[in-house]
Amino acid sequence: MAGAALVALALVVLWESRALPLGSLRNPGPAYMPVALALALLGFGALLIALGKRTPDVSSVGWTEWRHAVAIFGVCAFAALALERLGFRVTIALSLAFLLRVVERKGASFSLVLSIAFAAGAFLLFDTLLRVPLPRGALGL
Amino acid sequence: MAETLHNLVLGFSIALSPPILLYAFVGCVVGTLVGVLPGVGPLAGISLLLPATFGLDATRAIVMLAGIYYGAMYGGSTTSILMRIPGEAASVMTCIDGYAMARKGRAGAALAIAAVGSYVAGTASVVGLMLLAPPLALFALRFGPPEYFALLVLGLLVLAYMSSGSMLRALAMATLGLLLGMIGIDQMTGYFRYSYGVVELGDGIGVVPVAVGLFGLAEILATAGLPTPPQVLRPALRELLPTRQEWRDSAWPIARGTVLGFLIGIVPGSAHIISSFVSYGVERRLSKRPEEFGQGAVAGVAGPESANNSATSGAFVPMLALGVPSGPIPAVMLAAMMVHGVSPGPLLIREQPGLFWGFIASMYVGNVVLLILNLPLVGVFVNILRVPYPILYPSILAFCILGVYAVNGSVVDVWIMLLMGALGYLLRKLGFETAPIVLGVVLAPMIEMALRQSLAMSDGQYAIFLTRPISATLLGVGLVLITLGLKPLVTRSLDWRARLALAEKGDEQR
Repeated sequence: MAGAALVALALVVLWESRALPLGSLRNPGPAYMPVALALALLGFGALLIALGKRTPDVSSVGWTEWRHAVAIFGVCAFAALALERLGFRVTIALSLAFLLRVVERKGASFSLVLSIAFAAGAFLLFDTLLRVPLPRGALGL
Repeated sequence: MAETLHNLVLGFSIALSPPILLYAFVGCVVGTLVGVLPGVGPLAGISLLLPATFGLDATRAIVMLAGIYYGAMYGGSTTSILMRIPGEAASVMTCIDGYAMARKGRAGAALAIAAVGSYVAGTASVVGLMLLAPPLALFALRFGPPEYFALLVLGLLVLAYMSSGSMLRALAMATLGLLLGMIGIDQMTGYFRYSYGVVELGDGIGVVPVAVGLFGLAEILATAGLPTPPQVLRPALRELLPTRQEWRDSAWPIARGTVLGFLIGIVPGSAHIISSFVSYGVERRLSKRPEEFGQGAVAGVAGPESANNSATSGAFVPMLALGVPSGPIPAVMLAAMMVHGVSPGPLLIREQPGLFWGFIASMYVGNVVLLILNLPLVGVFVNILRVPYPILYPSILAFCILGVYAVNGSVVDVWIMLLMGALGYLLRKLGFETAPIVLGVVLAPMIEMALRQSLAMSDGQYAIFLTRPISATLLGVGLVLITLGLKPLVTRSLDWRARLALAEKGDEQR
């Protein structure tokens, strides 16, 4: 499966490189190196498929933690969408509260206090003390 | 030699100034915390804390980041010995005998031997770095684009060869990293490549979101749903002193680990991980009582711990002298230096002697700080491990988001981290190493520039790489490695890399 994915990726890169000049041997263009790398990836992918018996099958790999993984992935996606809209403190507090209360089933007040304290503390440390600018969102929170 | 000593005095005058000392101390403390926390290795740790150094001048920032690096290497041993959970990958071998010693009531002795071994190895390897980097930099002044191209290609081939498991897979991952490094504006023609209208991608994919995604987020995705970690064994302070016999048993393993670690550290690859595996194997082979390995052998802690700390300094040699990172962690350090306007390479030592020698001297100081920190404060660090992982990982995740966003103040980097996290999770499940991807991303612009400049120099003749002695030699070594990597396919036998992969897998399952 991994070999096939690499082959597919290589083909996509080759297709997408059509729009860029390949150049010549003497004066390689912007597509020269990506095309060479995509061809190499194609070769590696094909070899992995050919030697496929040595690679673990996707279904044989344990996926017991998939629910947690999907929830964490979703929280990260929410954070990426909300970070500049809601601001660092609100986004992080909401993300942590969701993970602690809903995913990890911790107590409501514990989750709330920890989430708010962490978000406020991290903002104070990085933004206020270390002068790393963090987003405040549309409401300036 | 007199010049080296004179420069070292200059370095110590910088490193012992109170502000630099403070940042070395802070780096070591934070690094130890990073090493202790499961899921945050030195790579993700340095990446995450990079934005915190933006307000500092280059010397302070680099001293602090280096402190985080070797602090994390020290800290990783604590969780290995007390919980049988490697804080970072290089501590995997320490888990075996360190935890066995802890279960016999010798946790304190194991921690003390790991700390002293790390101190000796760390200090001795800085001497090696100090003596080797300047002549290597002088030699590198003879390098032109073809030599750099050959060196960078060799670096990737060595990394692929040194990776545990299949060389083919590692090469595929390095190629994937190089392809990711192609995204952004072409430096020679100004064309936008594969950025699909996303302006932020014009500068290319940053190494920080890639590293944090592949190492930090992927680790959280893979481990958050697993059962709670085992109980922490708490050592009493009075148990800290090893017996005379334990000191005797650890002296030679520390010496051998130091030399092995430094030599392996110079070579590209995940040096600190490989060095600890090699050291463990060597100690078991040389031991008069090999049956004790796995049951709490002192040499099984002393050797690997010394080796991985020595490799940490060794890895700085090619980075500082040639400007070529030998693995993912030096690659992130290189990126961090560039953020602060420092360009490591042959000219660094000549043009910024204060920074170079201050950095070297701060490593001596850092090793002393770590020795002082690690033994008496082990109880404090262990308390962090008492925080249940379901509470700890959301906080680590929040730091990942913060750290990645703060580098460029860009949400696009958070998305990149997210995609890399998912990719790293899948690749990890399928048995692929992700370190070559990080190195590929960093090396891609350098390799492309060197290749195109070489071809422009030679009027499109690829023979330029073979007619120049240094590049021909480097590529010849690369060819030998490929041949060695192909050998198990032909003979259908397990080579050392396959055995290493089996050992790693076995340890994960235990």
